[in-house]
Amino acid sequence: MTMAIAPKTSAVPLRYSTPIGGVAGTSFKPEHLPAIVNAGPQRGFFEVHAENYMGAGGPPHRALEAIRRDHSLSLHGVCMSIGGLQPLDKAHLARFRGLVARYQPALVSEHLAWSTHETSFFNDLLPLPYTQATLACVCDHIDQVQDAIRRPLLLENPSTYVAFRDSSMSETDFIRAISERTGCGLLLDINNVFVSATNHGFSALDYLADFPLSRVGEIHLAGHTEQTDDEGDLLLIDSHDGPVADAVWKLYEIVIRRRGPVPTLIEWDSKIPDWPVLQAEAAAAQAILDGCRPSAASGDRHAA
Amino acid sequence: MPPEQHLSFAATFAPALLDPARTAPAIVTGPNGKAAGKRYAVYRNNVTVSLIEALAAIYPTVQRITGPDFFRAMARFHVRSNPPTSPLLFDYGHDFPDFIAQYEHAQTMPWLAGVARIERAWLDAYHACDAAPLSPARLSAIVPDQLAEIVFTPHPAMRIIRSPFAAVTIFAANRDGAPTARIDASTPEDALITRPDVEVAVGHLPPGGAVFAACLASGQPLGEAASAALEASADFDIATNIAGLIEAGAFTSLALGDVP
Repeated sequence: MTMAIAPKTSAVPLRYSTPIGGVAGTSFKPEHLPAIVNAGPQRGFFEVHAENYMGAGGPPHRALEAIRRDHSLSLHGVCMSIGGLQPLDKAHLARFRGLVARYQPALVSEHLAWSTHETSFFNDLLPLPYTQATLACVCDHIDQVQDAIRRPLLLENPSTYVAFRDSSMSETDFIRAISERTGCGLLLDINNVFVSATNHGFSALDYLADFPLSRVGEIHLAGHTEQTDDEGDLLLIDSHDGPVADAVWKLYEIVIRRRGPVPTLIEWDSKIPDWPVLQAEAAAAQAILDGCRPSAASGDRHAA
Repeated sequence: MPPEQHLSFAATFAPALLDPARTAPAIVTGPNGKAAGKRYAVYRNNVTVSLIEALAAIYPTVQRITGPDFFRAMARFHVRSNPPTSPLLFDYGHDFPDFIAQYEHAQTMPWLAGVARIERAWLDAYHACDAAPLSPARLSAIVPDQLAEIVFTPHPAMRIIRSPFAAVTIFAANRDGAPTARIDASTPEDALITRPDVEVAVGHLPPGGAVFAACLASGQPLGEAASAALEASADFDIATNIAGLIEAGAFTSLALGDVP
């Protein structure tokens, strides 16, 4: 199943898909395939976790081909461990590149997080300190990914539960610096902003005001759950197992008014509902996108 | 903090993820000096639970047999001692059947590891490379005195699992959750797993069939494979076995062995 690592200038044509504009999409879950196929081509797009389609063959690829035939696709990597300091897994990068070449997704994204240390894969999006040293390493990793897929990557802001004592930069400064150095785009997960803001006691609106919105090529919306920390205070968990919270919808409207319409994904990864429920969440996002009258020029104070 | 310590944050953060006896690493904190214990525990929980759920997704029949509480306790031990080494979770847990065979609390179910091996092979077949199975007509076209020289190319999805217990029957009876009649677990059974197109199939191999199929899959000519199978079982029947393997989609092509 391991593919050979392709040379940089491969014969496989990698080209940009047509921009999909301000449409709302959903996570694609195989149990929804019959309902989606029966409904025929629809507005919107589907996002998949890249790793689920890294097998050699079989039903997963049949399903993804069926989806891709009529719809735009967003390829969302979960396990590249871009935020780790050890070298990227070259075989994994080659597999990721292979999927981009095969399915020509409209959007390609990964996380500002790590999941592998030495040989252990932890299957979670783990946090990193924000320092000049980690910044240099993350930028190097993103350069490698973008060289491999020969297009800009969208990097997603994390949801976090702890901070590092030796972080020397804010998350928004760190992300802006990555985007400026590597030319990557950004995937703004507004639920992650809300979760982190609650967990770390900062203002989500301040974070969004500092975030380089002009670089945002996709937005994620998802549900979260509530726990408590050691002091008994509210601790939000980025669980992707329910509807988008009202507060997150409000932040989304603010962002869309400032940024203008951007492809928006309803992310729902566990306790997966019937297809119409997911579809209704996407319709709610689409209504906000369609009702958008951008206030003056979209963008931010750091617009390129 | 010196730069080399900056660079080792993952080495400090990672060990307690799979070891609940360790406290949260001192490099992390809550806001304004708040404690990081329950906060760090969110990551520990995400890691452990998601990996247990990965095993449950790979081994649904084992979980149905043991019940979820037993399964999750067993899986938790395995996850902590053998975390994945690849980000492809559908490839995880190849060593779980051996773990089950050794697991103290599973000793009353000696056939459970065999069921797990079939289930792991099922998922390997599911994700295997697509390939068109060999048409039965190809065999009919071989003249009889050349039959012994035929070699087969195994289909990428083909797997053989041998069990000293009735693991195939137990697997089949529990996979779809249908009510089961009483099974004599002590009958040895061998499974053939194939995926000629979309659907994975798990079938019983007849006496000698596992040796025969394994020899053919390793590239031995038909005649040699049949001799080995007869040695393994006096009841071995070559016609039934070769027809059964081809019909199940065990091969993609055949050739005459002497051809270079």
